[in-house]
Amino acid sequence: MSQLSATTRSSLLVELKALLGADNVLSERSDLLLYEFDGSVVKGQPEIVVFPRTTEEVSRIVKLAARFQVPIVGRGAGTGLSGGALARSGGLMIVFARMNEILEIDLENRRAVVQPGVVNLDITRAVEHAGYYYAPDPSSQKSCTIGGNVAENSGGPHTLAYGITTNHVTALELVLPDGEIVRIGSKQGDAPGYDLCGLFVGSEGTLALVTEITLKLSRKAEAVKTLLAIYDSVEDASQTVVDITARGITPAACEMIDGWTLVAIEDYIHAGFPRDSAAILLLEVEGLRESVAEQASAIEDVCRLHKAREVRVAKDDRERDLLWKGRKNAFGAMGRLAPCNYVLDAVIPRSKLPQALRRIQEIGQLHGLGIGNIFHAGDGNLHPLVLYDPRKPRDFETAIAVAEEIVRYCVEIGGALTGEHGVGMEKSELMPLLFNDADFDLMRRIHDAFNPDSSLNPGKIFPLSKGCGEIRTRPKSQQVVHS
Amino acid sequence: MTATANLACKLEGLLGAAHVTTAQEDLFRYPVHEILPSAIARPTSAQEVAEIVRFAMAEKLSVLPAGSRSKLNIGRPPYRYDIAIDMSGLRQLVHYDPGDLTLSADAGMTLKALQQELGEKRQFVPLSVPFLGQTTIGGTIASGVDSSLRLLYGSARDFLIGAEFVDGKGAICKSGGRVVKNVTGYDLHKLLIGSLGTLAVITRLNFRTYPLSEAFASHVVVFPSADGALGFRSILENLGLPLSNLEVMNPEFALTFAQVLGTVSASVPAAFDRGGWIVYSSWEGNSSVVNRIRTDMENCERQFQSAQPQPLDGSQDRVLRDLFREAVPLLYTSFPHSVILRIVHHRLSKTALQQFSEIASKENLLNRLLLRPAGVSYLALTAANDLPNGSEVLSRAVSAAIAVLLQNGATYSLLQAPSQMMAQSNLWGPQSADVSLMNRVKHAFDPNNLFAPGRLAGGF
Repeated sequence: MSQLSATTRSSLLVELKALLGADNVLSERSDLLLYEFDGSVVKGQPEIVVFPRTTEEVSRIVKLAARFQVPIVGRGAGTGLSGGALARSGGLMIVFARMNEILEIDLENRRAVVQPGVVNLDITRAVEHAGYYYAPDPSSQKSCTIGGNVAENSGGPHTLAYGITTNHVTALELVLPDGEIVRIGSKQGDAPGYDLCGLFVGSEGTLALVTEITLKLSRKAEAVKTLLAIYDSVEDASQTVVDITARGITPAACEMIDGWTLVAIEDYIHAGFPRDSAAILLLEVEGLRESVAEQASAIEDVCRLHKAREVRVAKDDRERDLLWKGRKNAFGAMGRLAPCNYVLDAVIPRSKLPQALRRIQEIGQLHGLGIGNIFHAGDGNLHPLVLYDPRKPRDFETAIAVAEEIVRYCVEIGGALTGEHGVGMEKSELMPLLFNDADFDLMRRIHDAFNPDSSLNPGKIFPLSKGCGEIRTRPKSQQVVHS
Repeated sequence: MTATANLACKLEGLLGAAHVTTAQEDLFRYPVHEILPSAIARPTSAQEVAEIVRFAMAEKLSVLPAGSRSKLNIGRPPYRYDIAIDMSGLRQLVHYDPGDLTLSADAGMTLKALQQELGEKRQFVPLSVPFLGQTTIGGTIASGVDSSLRLLYGSARDFLIGAEFVDGKGAICKSGGRVVKNVTGYDLHKLLIGSLGTLAVITRLNFRTYPLSEAFASHVVVFPSADGALGFRSILENLGLPLSNLEVMNPEFALTFAQVLGTVSASVPAAFDRGGWIVYSSWEGNSSVVNRIRTDMENCERQFQSAQPQPLDGSQDRVLRDLFREAVPLLYTSFPHSVILRIVHHRLSKTALQQFSEIASKENLLNRLLLRPAGVSYLALTAANDLPNGSEVLSRAVSAAIAVLLQNGATYSLLQAPSQMMAQSNLWGPQSADVSLMNRVKHAFDPNNLFAPGRLAGGF
């Protein structure tokens, strides 16, 4: 969808190349194709892509875009799953991949200062020699960037115990839509006044562009135990999670994978998962040796109480790493089950996990589509994978309908639309399920206080439909793609 | 009809006569730095709060929400203070799912009542804050006071999962939800923490709860100098033990503590009277974890020849824990002629601490210092009641202390000071660029500047 006139495009390109050098500006259609996708089922193509290296360059790009009245979207590695880093309205895309320096590591105070293009796992790699790590660990942590994590407030398996991105950010450097550079928060955190970092983290690039992030580093635990509990029924596995939560046991991670998904993962990764189970729980406990031993024992008891047919404990780091490799690469294995899948992200109260899993399967059966489940069970963050074949007539539309029905159900039982992927363009039309006109009015006022012309990441979070009283049909402008 | 009577009449029309008062003896119970409201409204629902705000908007009046009124003097005196909204009529635990470890409670519910209900399920919200006996959960969040458990559980922003509130247009809005992981929409509820009622009237709060620990222990050790105390604290931090609290107090603070302890406990730990630097730590967990940490603590202590451990009996453990929770109000309730700075700095240098001491000594002031975990410290400079020109002396000393803080790159806020000094202060020192962003937030929430105008820095 082209928004720029040929004259504007041409003039803007000249100025951008003068500012950044031709190597840091893309505008050929074949180059732009790569940037019209992320990990979701939607797409949107930018008209120009730029790669700044400094905050000052970002500021000058933003000022240029403002002068030419061109919308801007920021992007990290493009691994997002809600269309947050897609150019829904065309315009200019700022890719932060070349702003990828770790600027400071302060182990004494457990802080790292990084540029937004730094890959999540690279922070841990830079400090693990000293016994530290960066806690939020999205499954895509080998490739996703911190800037993207900040925009989407990303989570991961271990956020059950340690919190999501917002709990680990103490300061940000921002570029506002007029190009002004502002710093918020403080290195220590807990800066006086309103919690601006709390507002900007997770704002999905709709309020400002983030050009520097100060993060908390965590100390590696003294002891870790990883358990694999194997079940003959999904119900028993989910009841185990409910019971573990209700008993106040907080594992560092509590992941669930259902049986047929496991087979695909095992064929792909060879992680040692069973091929004949209905579900597994991958549980990890961390802390002092005494605490880990006791918690692992308590968890094992709960697993057996709920008819786990086997509970294995990883013998060493190699076994533990293999199990996690299986979990974190699981989505890649889904291609063995169906040509395409739609990864959903929704949250429910953990006490309602068994009924939610039953309902999800019913919805899939009702519509004739298979649904796999690989998710963060411990914090009720579901990731149903709706499997479909785009070659079949209406299969994709059915997958979308299934997804919406699942999300509606999650909200009905007290849940939320998204636990870690963000609203983006994927769920913007579903926002009225949770928020009413008054809520939107205030959120819009906050949005307009920072981004009055909607020049930053337009078409995200807020529904495009005018009213909030009902969910509108997915707008035609929201193109879809088969992943 | 006088303006006050007119105001009362209109408010009574909204809420009923039983929920409005303008009686002088009642107004005197709601002072903010000696300023009194013209009326007190006592709503019993979020809808009534919204009606009051819409009324205030129409009449161009300012409002200030109040809970138990224990912390109304935090922040500056507001420019205007017409209606105090007493939130104590909204006090229900409206949703509690112990199996999910989540809850939703009205803002006027007292923290103590909430903890008692959760305690029946062996759960709690890790807000161990001052005035625990009276504070409401709304007041706790709006004032942003520190929890003495933040080292282990984090601060309110880590477990406040949602909120309902009335914005400056009189609309009932919400943010977040009742699930433990949620990134749907802007995290507006985080902005309410420490906002001192300047953004919205909080009507309901959603929290994640935590299991109560099986066992608890604490440890006190005295050092003759700051060197020993800071060195011991540093080693403890590097051990990576999951402590729930780790605090250092200077000898002057310790003596204050001893005086207060003497009023609540027959057996005051001798440590606090010795004129030394105190390092206090506490921890919790199952009994094996508690014993393990105690052993590590004692081993660590043996590395310091100058360390004088203070054995505690079971009752002292609890008394000390409660007193450390109340430590900051102790500074100003016991000594009203004080200025208290809340300092945020990852590690104040020994030189800076020495400079504070010299400043106090030069001006003949008491210098009480409490170094809390997570980079937060409190400095209280206190003038004797009979010190001539006490306010002037305090003002001069505080300016000198602030200069030290700025040299060290610390941020600070003025937590407590004589009302006149509070009114003249901008609370946070030099205005940084982010204050202009905060102003945008204030205007978005409260476009007519109804809520506690001027109570925070930057005039919002």
